[in-house]
Amino acid sequence: MAKITFPVEASHIMMFARAIGDTNPVYHDAAAAKAGETGGIIAPPSFVQAVAQFDPDYFLRPKPGQPWFGSGKTPSGVEGKAASSGGLHAEQHYEYHRHPRPGDVLTAETRPGKTWEKESKRAGKLTFRERITEYRDQNGELVVTATSVGVTTERPVAQG
Amino acid sequence: MALQASKLKIGDTHGERVVENLTRTQIVQYAGASGDYNPLHTDEIYTTKVAGYPSVFAHGMLTMGLTSKMLTNWVGDGRLTRFGVRFTNQVWPGDTLDATATVAALREEGGQHLADITLSTVNQDGREVMTGTATARIDP
Repeated sequence: MAKITFPVEASHIMMFARAIGDTNPVYHDAAAAKAGETGGIIAPPSFVQAVAQFDPDYFLRPKPGQPWFGSGKTPSGVEGKAASSGGLHAEQHYEYHRHPRPGDVLTAETRPGKTWEKESKRAGKLTFRERITEYRDQNGELVVTATSVGVTTERPVAQG
Repeated sequence: MALQASKLKIGDTHGERVVENLTRTQIVQYAGASGDYNPLHTDEIYTTKVAGYPSVFAHGMLTMGLTSKMLTNWVGDGRLTRFGVRFTNQVWPGDTLDATATVAALREEGGQHLADITLSTVNQDGREVMTGTATARIDP
C-alpha cells in the first residue's frame, strides 16, 4: 500500500479537538500548552485517524466529477448499490511511542493483518479484517502504531 | 496533573459525561475534522432509505474521541502509552454518553510507573457502546 504523507498542523488539531468536544488548552492554546507538562501543543489520542484527509484515494470522501453513493437527487448516487451496511468499525487500538505535535510530518504505511469470521444473530455472518498502520516522523522514528479492525456484515445490524 | 502510583489503587475510578444529547451537527463536525465522510454518519436519506438504518449514527471514532477526553482529563496530557477500544453498540443522535475509567493494574517497567486502565462508555439506557483498555505513565 502506498505511503501517505500526513503533515500535522495546529489548526487541524484544534478542529479535531472541537469535534470531540475537548476544550483542553493543550490542543489549541500554544502559550498554555508550552507552560504545561507537554511543553507545547500535542494531538489528541485518536487524532491520527484524520490521516484520511491526506489519502488522495480515500473512498469515503466525495470527489469532483465522480458519482457519490450518498444522496443527491436520489437516495444514492450509485445505481444498484446493495442495501447492505457495508463496512463498520469494530475495534481501534493505538500504541504511542510519543504523541504527535504540530510541525511533525508523519508518514503512514498500512499493511493487512489477520482476517476472521463470526456468526451473529443481529447481523448475520461477520467478516473481520485487521489493518496495521505505522506512523513515522520526519526522522523515520515510529510515533504511533495503529491497529484497526473493520467488520463487514451480511445485513444491517438489527436494533433493540 | 498526573496520577501518582503512591495514591492510586486498583479499582479507583473516574467518570465523566462526555456528551449530552449528541447532535447530528457534532457528527458532521467530526466527519469534517477526521475526513471520514461516510454518508451513514451524515446523510439521513441515504442511511434510512438505502442502508436500512433508523437514522444516521456516530462514527465509532467519535465515541473513542469523546471517551479519550475523559481519559486524558484524568491521567494528564501526553501520558498515554496505549489506548484501544471495541465498539459494541451504535451511538445515535440524541444519545447521552457517560465514560468511566477504572484502574485494573499498577506496575513498574524500567523504573517507569504505569497504570493499566479499563474503559467503559454507556448510553442513557445504561447500554455499553464501547469498551476498552489503556495504559498511562504515572508519577511515583
